[in-house]
Amino acid sequence: MRLIKSVGEWLDARLQLGSSIRETMEHPVPRETASWFYVFGSAAFVVFLLQIVTGIMLALIYVPSAGEAWNSLQTLNHNVALGWFIRGLHGWGSNFMVAIVLIHMVQVFLFGAYKYPRELTWIVGVLLLLVTLGMAFTGQVLRFDQDAYWGLGIGASIASRVPLVGPSIVNLMLGGPIIAGATLSRFFALHVFVVPGLLIAFVAVHLLMVLKLGINEWPMPGRVVRKATYIKDYHALTQKDGLPFVPGAIWKDLFFAAFILLSIAACAAYFGPFGPSGPPDPTIIQTAPRPDFFFLWLYAVLSLLPPSMETPALLIGPVVVILALLLLPFLFGEGEKSWRRRPIAVLTILLVAVALGTFTRLAGNAPWSPVMDAWSGVPIPPEFLHSRTALERQGALVFQVKQCHNCHSLDNQGGKRGPALDAVAVRLTQDQLIRQVIQGGGNMPAYGKNLSPAETTALVAFLETLHPAGQSPARDASRAVALGTEAGGPPTTDQ
Amino acid sequence: MTLPRGLTRRDFFMKLGILFNGIAASILAVPIVRYLLSPVTRERKAGYDSWIPLGNLEQFPSGETRLATYRNPVVNSWDGDTADIACWVRNVDGQTFQVFAINCAHLGCPVRWFPQSGLFMCPCHGGAYYQDGSRASGPPERGLFEYTYRIDGGKILIKAGEMPTPGQASNIVREIRPCV
Repeated sequence: MRLIKSVGEWLDARLQLGSSIRETMEHPVPRETASWFYVFGSAAFVVFLLQIVTGIMLALIYVPSAGEAWNSLQTLNHNVALGWFIRGLHGWGSNFMVAIVLIHMVQVFLFGAYKYPRELTWIVGVLLLLVTLGMAFTGQVLRFDQDAYWGLGIGASIASRVPLVGPSIVNLMLGGPIIAGATLSRFFALHVFVVPGLLIAFVAVHLLMVLKLGINEWPMPGRVVRKATYIKDYHALTQKDGLPFVPGAIWKDLFFAAFILLSIAACAAYFGPFGPSGPPDPTIIQTAPRPDFFFLWLYAVLSLLPPSMETPALLIGPVVVILALLLLPFLFGEGEKSWRRRPIAVLTILLVAVALGTFTRLAGNAPWSPVMDAWSGVPIPPEFLHSRTALERQGALVFQVKQCHNCHSLDNQGGKRGPALDAVAVRLTQDQLIRQVIQGGGNMPAYGKNLSPAETTALVAFLETLHPAGQSPARDASRAVALGTEAGGPPTTDQ
Repeated sequence: MTLPRGLTRRDFFMKLGILFNGIAASILAVPIVRYLLSPVTRERKAGYDSWIPLGNLEQFPSGETRLATYRNPVVNSWDGDTADIACWVRNVDGQTFQVFAINCAHLGCPVRWFPQSGLFMCPCHGGAYYQDGSRASGPPERGLFEYTYRIDGGKILIKAGEMPTPGQASNIVREIRPCV
């Protein structure tokens, strides 16, 4: 014990850091900030440390070469003792880090922490969010599988839409004309050197400012921020009702950080690592690429935006959002901090959360994508075929063979790209069905060239049986009069 | 040598030192920037594209659309499978051909051909194209990207080498077909 003390004294005589560390640890913070709401920043930092450690461990085995990366991931998963667990920690750590950074951001936004004098702390925080997302995206690329390969293609296709310099940006991003070895190498350099370097620098500035300016006090309705008086008031608050950061506030940070680390370990152990999915061979086209969890909302947006809106939204949208975040502290640098007095702030968070949540959930089952194997793999439920005529059953066959099932569901099975057809006969008359099949429209391709008259007849006969029991199909009354018969007879093929 | 007032000899040398470092940084910046921009500038003069054989004509029967693969002309030894590129070859009538890029004109996912319904479908965002590559439905703003081809010695060759993207100069001819 005495040895440790004398070594410590020897070191401090030379480093002379002891007193400033002690001062930092014991600096007073407002009593109410020793709260469970104030633990997310430190937790994000601890997860970042975990990412550094596990990242270095993965780099001991991983080969950043387009030809070998996938194999080295397989080796990590299967041939290296606990390699799968380290990959799991790094992958789950990434998801936890993005989640905690987002929660931290929501918390400081709702607590008005971006207001005077902490504007720059907020701005660096926005940059930290961007580099964290940058780490998540580049990390997804290093898991060099099918999803990574086609994800890069999507990134390149988006970048190419920048006016004038788009194609040059694509070459720069890919390191050449195609997604290949140079692409992976430069994403490796970004993920391992460039972006973490920025992250460390930003974290240092962010933390320094938290220490210099003091942690944001617990917002009280009516306690209004004014530039003239704020700093004096804050110091009065910490003097009057403060407590030393260590141990007064830090024990909650420590508990939460440990809880998060154990949660990551539990997820890694229980769910295992992410992928890799199939090898990054672009000639294997039987694939349905999906982005990682935190980019799923973007995948939904890209599917749902009207085509003409897409390029402007992709190029202008991010700029607007980032600018809004950066300008926030300058536009609303004073005033009420408490969320109880800031209904627009609360509604904004709710709106963004509901929107992102909805898009993420939608992207989970991707109703806009055709189910590529529904025509061969998803049978028509038997109740749709019971006591049908030969022609109607022939039509059911056409329905399968012509891949209608890839986009249209029956009894909730099959694609969801087009409307469900369980009750289509109630909505469309025979003529309307024929026209829709042959000419398409409303986002449906025209099948006129690929259906013989006999096939169309059979298909429409089958579609006309699709109505709930007891509900009669739609009829064109004028036609019954013109033909002098009851409507609903065999369809004509003179289209 | 007369110095401006208030500027000491040491100040002057410090500023001169900063200037020297500025000059050194500018000189170093030229090769660094050229190195970084090499994917854009290096082979731009000749272009990345060259003629690549896809195989004998017999592999592509008349009236059918078949998958073909080729090794990209610009390649490094460590590229692995990523330099193998797929494309769709449509033999229209035994005389004329169409060669489509595998990449959807929306965001580059691999489109699949369904001969039964005569459609190309994209698994990502739901784009669909007719057999001649024109847009049928979904988010793409245009038809599939088409390679220039020629027939030589019983083989079909295409001009390829760069991943086609919506903003590329050779692809900017937009063909917005309304969904009928």
